[in-house]
Amino acid sequence: MKKRKSTEPRSSVPAQDPAADSKPSLGRDIRGKIGQQLRAMYDDVVGQGVPDRFRELLDRLEQQGKK
Amino acid sequence: MNLDPSVRDAVLAAVPSLRAFAISLSGNVDRADDLVQETLLRALANIDSFEPGTNMSAWLFTILRNLFRSEYRKRRREVEDSDGSYAEGLKSHPEQEGRVEFQEFREALAKLPADQREALILVGASGFSYEEAADICGCAVGTIKSRVNRARTRLAELMSIDSVDDFGPDRATRGVLARNDQG
Repeated sequence: MKKRKSTEPRSSVPAQDPAADSKPSLGRDIRGKIGQQLRAMYDDVVGQGVPDRFRELLDRLEQQGKK
Repeated sequence: MNLDPSVRDAVLAAVPSLRAFAISLSGNVDRADDLVQETLLRALANIDSFEPGTNMSAWLFTILRNLFRSEYRKRRREVEDSDGSYAEGLKSHPEQEGRVEFQEFREALAKLPADQREALILVGASGFSYEEAADICGCAVGTIKSRVNRARTRLAELMSIDSVDDFGPDRATRGVLARNDQG
């Protein structure tokens, strides 16, 4: 089924699989995996907290304002 | 600048997820941090236009998103294949892009059109509602929903090609795929 999603030209795909264009259950597994990876990647950065440069930036801006 | 302590706290509290959003959009940590810095400068210069009591995080995301999009359009004029160069950048400097374990996923994410990528991240990772994501992107709620759906479908396609073994297609299909790989 996945052959249809590859870069193979369509003409090379055997015609005997009428279910190929419907969403197989495989799609749901992969969608679950995508959601997990997306959040894991995102949360990895969130977990790094606030880098010093951003606190320093706000400090600098406040100092400038006081001058 | 006289910064109200509560505003300062709210801005700093939003920084970690602004960075995560920016890295997911741009695929590059250094560029993302510059984008966050520019967002903070822009936000504090226009802090009077922030309505107290509304969502500070969503307001900052909107600014960052708009900065990224204007930069993206500029780059697009400068470099014709902007999506291609983005993907190449990921390959040549993987150490800049954070953990290697997310590399394959980042590469797939990089292949999405920008509007689908941002919609998926806002809803699927940043935790915004469809309505908030629509406000941030300046489009209709239905548009966000359809972008998120298309992004998920496209990613599922991209990931299923790369991970057939994990999900066990039948033996005959695997054989065909293996032969194609060798040929």
